[in-house]
Amino acid sequence: MLQNTLRSWLDSDFMWRLSRSPVAIISLLVVLLLVLGAIFAPWLAPYDPYDPATLDLMNGFTPPLTANDFTGQSFLFGSDDQGRDVLSTILHGMRVSLFVGVAAVAFAMVLGISLGLLAGYLGGWVDTLIMRIADIQLTFPSILVAMLIFGIAKGITPVEYRDQMAIWVLIIAIGLSDWVQFARVVRGATLVEKNREYVMAAQLIGQPKAIIMMRHILPNVLSPVLVIATISLALAIIAEATLSFLGVGAPPTQPSLGTLIRIGQGFMFSGEWWILLFPACTLLVLALSVNLLGDWLRDTLNPKLR
Amino acid sequence: MALLDIKALTVEFATRRGVFVAVDNANISVEAGQIHGLVGESGAGKSTIGAAVMGLLEKPGRISQGEISLNGQPISGLDREAMQALRGKRVSMIFQDPLTSLNPLLTVGDQLAETIQFHLKLNDTDAYQKALELLTLVRIPDPEIRINQYPHQFSGGMRQRIVIALALCSEPDVIIADEPTTALDVSVQAQILSLIKELAREKQVGVILITHDMGVIADTTDVVTVMYQGKVVESGLTAQILGQPAHPYTQSLIAAVPRSHEKVRRFPLVSYGGKTQAFDIDDLARSWKKQTIDHTKPLFEVDSLTKRFITKPALLPSQQEFATAVDQVSFDIQQGEVFGVVGESGSGKSTLARMIAGLYQADGGRIVFDGTDITKSKDLSDYRRQIQMIFQDPYSSLNPRMRVDAIVGEPARHHKLLSGKALQMRVDELLDQVGLSAEAGKKYPHEFSGGQRQRISIARALATQPRFLICDEPTSALDVSIQAQILNILKDLQEHLNLTMLFISHDLPVIRQMCDRVGVMKSGVMVEQQATELLFTQPQHHYTQELLSFMPKLEGIRRVAS
Repeated sequence: MLQNTLRSWLDSDFMWRLSRSPVAIISLLVVLLLVLGAIFAPWLAPYDPYDPATLDLMNGFTPPLTANDFTGQSFLFGSDDQGRDVLSTILHGMRVSLFVGVAAVAFAMVLGISLGLLAGYLGGWVDTLIMRIADIQLTFPSILVAMLIFGIAKGITPVEYRDQMAIWVLIIAIGLSDWVQFARVVRGATLVEKNREYVMAAQLIGQPKAIIMMRHILPNVLSPVLVIATISLALAIIAEATLSFLGVGAPPTQPSLGTLIRIGQGFMFSGEWWILLFPACTLLVLALSVNLLGDWLRDTLNPKLR
Repeated sequence: MALLDIKALTVEFATRRGVFVAVDNANISVEAGQIHGLVGESGAGKSTIGAAVMGLLEKPGRISQGEISLNGQPISGLDREAMQALRGKRVSMIFQDPLTSLNPLLTVGDQLAETIQFHLKLNDTDAYQKALELLTLVRIPDPEIRINQYPHQFSGGMRQRIVIALALCSEPDVIIADEPTTALDVSVQAQILSLIKELAREKQVGVILITHDMGVIADTTDVVTVMYQGKVVESGLTAQILGQPAHPYTQSLIAAVPRSHEKVRRFPLVSYGGKTQAFDIDDLARSWKKQTIDHTKPLFEVDSLTKRFITKPALLPSQQEFATAVDQVSFDIQQGEVFGVVGESGSGKSTLARMIAGLYQADGGRIVFDGTDITKSKDLSDYRRQIQMIFQDPYSSLNPRMRVDAIVGEPARHHKLLSGKALQMRVDELLDQVGLSAEAGKKYPHEFSGGQRQRISIARALATQPRFLICDEPTSALDVSIQAQILNILKDLQEHLNLTMLFISHDLPVIRQMCDRVGVMKSGVMVEQQATELLFTQPQHHYTQELLSFMPKLEGIRRVAS
């Protein structure tokens, strides 16, 4: 049974199209590699950047692949001003970036799909209310919305919890700034689906609206959502990096890629280029491959573009 | 020498799972001034031939063999540009949907003039003059005024006339019309077909008319080619082929077409190629809780039912504007009878069905079912258990993400009639009775053909053992052979289970075969109600008379042949 399911999945048109797109395969592999690296960072990273006991200030500013003048230690990507291994900070930073990205997109998805379904299926003033709020939000740049939410949250959380809460506030801020496109797509798809006859068949036997929305319409509007979710993931990772770069995101105790770039840019003109370059490149490769994967998904799942 | 000669044409589509041959060794020749019909069921390859002649084959389709020549000059196998120059000018095409073939942002005159200038190298004034001539030719009234209007200002039939005018811009030798009247009402269809006929004679243009409708073939064409699964099965003069078909497929196809001049008890089934799945009515009738028919009172009393849709919303009710879709319609449906509603698109027949189904709220009037007024009643669950509906489009009426057994079992589960093992058994039984195998339940809708899906739809409707069935154009999306099977099933249900039915259709021959009494609707008003036989033999209202006269008839050709 399981074997058959696996076989039919490997034999599906989706996998077939994947096998014929080198760009998709490469970006999928890169994403997988980076995600695995992030998940297993505590075991893969050569040093623990959060453990002050392993840090040696004498190791500070060691260039990549060069032995330190005082300690003789060498680091693949060099070390920063505190003597921390840049590779280890990147692996741990990616962990934070990916976690925030995935959680923010999941939050935006749940919110956007629910509101989009309600707006599309119920119509009338519910539709008007939800979509006008969405329109208003779209007139502000999403990074501004995220900063606003972040600022408000910072104001109301007690000082002692601020660093602990920072990650969660980030997730909510990015998620809230990103729900609109999910809601719009789901609403559009719902408007199409709700006039199809299978929905009428469910209305005919008197099924409640909630059941019709969840059981009949929701499964049929999900494939465009999958595409947006992938592209949003890249955007959410960049949004998180931007916020952290501006100093309103992940705290220095839990640095994300954005925080690392912010720290690194201070050394850009003093010759220690590696502290900036490696985290920045990682962010670039991560966002680019997720984006390419999203583009490919969109082309594959949309029969009109094929 | 023939005008257009298609010799041994084979069109292949190379797919991942092997090569699919869409057209297999087809020979067709068209003379000037002749209308050549290409008829067959869906998937027969008739549109693919049209696309191959136009050079519009979609990837990965390709002509693997054969030759297409125009006036003795080969037009296939040339390089793309040479072919396009030759074809665009001398062969043009009329598509099914007139709305999507016109540019909504340009006036009709601009579109015509642009096409004329592209092909004929005329100056602006001459091109405009020519456009005016063409509009007159396709019988657009007041062409001087209409030429400056936009496509949305024309009705569907008028738009199709403009599309025909566009096709004539390049003064082509051959016109390919792919289902040119399928999206139009019968009365408009008759006008468009007679226009095509006249133009073919006047301009000495060869026309390939692609259609699935035997009535259109009988009315319009001189020569017909019948196709089945990519192969030409028979070709010859229309009167000959329709009158005395030689090939068993053609014979069974013609037999399955509903007749408009007499009522048959059952439709003969198309038995050619592949066996038809049996519908087990006896088994179904055994387990059915039969309702006794009480002839003293009707099952439904519909009294001055009205439905309006808001066309201009406003806060104040006095400022709102409405379109009346159903206007004061009254009729009764007796127990055990099939009541038909016939009308053209926009006549309000589907709105009427949906109000009776409880999907739309009525704006006025009453629907009394078995003594209770369902427009007033708060709790409709009892009513909903007793009615079911069979929908028009089998590709849209089944949820693509649900398994077939879940779809069929849903009404019974919702009304808490059955659950668990008993429900599963009932579903398997029903699928078996409608002629599908027991494994069908474990599959998803996309694994079935249109006819099989309509059987699933029927199984779902029967799961709650309803008393009343609403059929909204149940066969208009199906091929004739499948239509015959489905209509037979519906006849069986009515006869053996005493089901009462409301049967909505635009197709007069189907109505004649299925219904005991018929109501004719026009712009929301029921203009005539009559027993079926009387309505077809002595129509009273002039609109009914008009509809009947426009209906394409197969019988006419019979007489010519014999």
